[in-house]
Amino acid sequence: MNETLAFILEWVIKGAVLIAILLTGFAYTTYFERRFLARIQIRVGPNRAGPFGLLQPVADGIKLIFKEEVEPAEAYRFAFLLAPVMTMVPAVVIMAVIPWGDKVVMFGREIALAVTDLNVGVLYLLSIASISVYGIVLAGWSSNNKYAMMGGIRSTAQMISYELALGLSFVPPILLAGSLSMSEIIQGQQSSAWYIVYAPLAAIVCFIALLAEVNRAPFDMVEAEQELVAGYVTEYSGMKFALFFMGEYIKMAAVSAIFATMFLGGFDGPGVDTYAWLGPIYLFLKIFGLLGLMIWIRATLPRLRYDRLMAFGWKVLIPIALLNVFITAALIVGLGI
Amino acid sequence: METEVIVFLILAFVAIGSAIGMIINKNAVYSALFLILNFATVAIFYLMLGAPFIAMAQVTVYAGAIMVLFLFVIMLLGAEQLKKADKGEWQKPVAILFVVVLIVEAVYLIFGGGGDLLPMINEVSEVGDPISLATKLFKEYFLPFQVTAVLLLAAMVGAIVITKQDKKS
Repeated sequence: MNETLAFILEWVIKGAVLIAILLTGFAYTTYFERRFLARIQIRVGPNRAGPFGLLQPVADGIKLIFKEEVEPAEAYRFAFLLAPVMTMVPAVVIMAVIPWGDKVVMFGREIALAVTDLNVGVLYLLSIASISVYGIVLAGWSSNNKYAMMGGIRSTAQMISYELALGLSFVPPILLAGSLSMSEIIQGQQSSAWYIVYAPLAAIVCFIALLAEVNRAPFDMVEAEQELVAGYVTEYSGMKFALFFMGEYIKMAAVSAIFATMFLGGFDGPGVDTYAWLGPIYLFLKIFGLLGLMIWIRATLPRLRYDRLMAFGWKVLIPIALLNVFITAALIVGLGI
Repeated sequence: METEVIVFLILAFVAIGSAIGMIINKNAVYSALFLILNFATVAIFYLMLGAPFIAMAQVTVYAGAIMVLFLFVIMLLGAEQLKKADKGEWQKPVAILFVVVLIVEAVYLIFGGGGDLLPMINEVSEVGDPISLATKLFKEYFLPFQVTAVLLLAAMVGAIVITKQDKKS
């Protein structure tokens, strides 16, 4: 019983730590994005609140809390309230299967640095990703606003289309590792090389699909102001809007972590075998780098037109990803990697 | 009581509640949401039976893909609100008949042939893990698996061909 209690306590603590990191990480991702974008566009960016503008996210948060919550009179109230929650929750729980490091010894117990290690970890990622569409669908419908509806439908169609390419791009790492478990995929990369070396095409497809999955530029149909005002968030204000915003940025961090785990060795790095605590640091650095790449892409590429976006997803990405599955399988059988 | 029984009872309550909610709700979108909740609880049942692969497939395919399309159709057709008088009076006796048959069957399985259920559960947990599932599908049932795949592909192409309008006319 004591052992069970310790086990439950361990889970709760790990979950709480993960959520705390994600929530503060979200705030500073927005800061990072604004500063980095400003640097690219030869501006200064937010630098007034606190040293180097470091308190800017706090100021934004306080402002959003005190804003008036407006609710459209004709909105479907329950779904309207449910939508931000349905966006936020999958964004947080998707990180549960990502390992942050190897085992460490703490308080006389051997603790694995991961919330959980499912033997179907990759499928868990895909199923949570497919669930996260509902927040957008509901927000678009329940606002009872044509722009919100159109924005919701557009981004939902985009997400379910790119999900297919995403799922297919996960297949080469699974084949190479011979397992659906995230920790075994990382072990496979530790014993050979990072899978971006073996499956560069899958890595590119995966990154593009992940960008589309989180509605980032150049796939940010949601923010096509000229066409859709603000898409499915048009009618949201105050904290409800903040929840959507939060969901989006946490998802950015989550997909960076997923990409790092599948293709960049996860927490792998020099010296991680001897010092297990280096694992989370390496993972953090990889996530940070990928977030920087996403912001860079946003600053560089213009938004795709909607029909081209769908054509690109269905006619380019999915065939490439499918072909790549065959190539990887043939290579594994032929060369015995 | 054991933890498993408590978890089962809570889940069963949610599953039945969401099923009833789906039927009696007047708004089609909320009905669809109840159905999603129902699928999610079924997925957790699979997890409890030690079949994580089937649970995840359930969430991805049913809750994630099929229900999104349901919601799309409901929203795009604007069919959220049910019209008042429905002419389906004949449905009632048929529905009652089916429900009675289902209950009789369930009662028989639980109290009469309950002994047969346990090996089934073992079978599920054996098949549930991805490696054994794949081994069964690709070795033992290879031909049926491939035939199913071709049939599904044909059905998919068929659906697209039927909906595609002839450009000449």
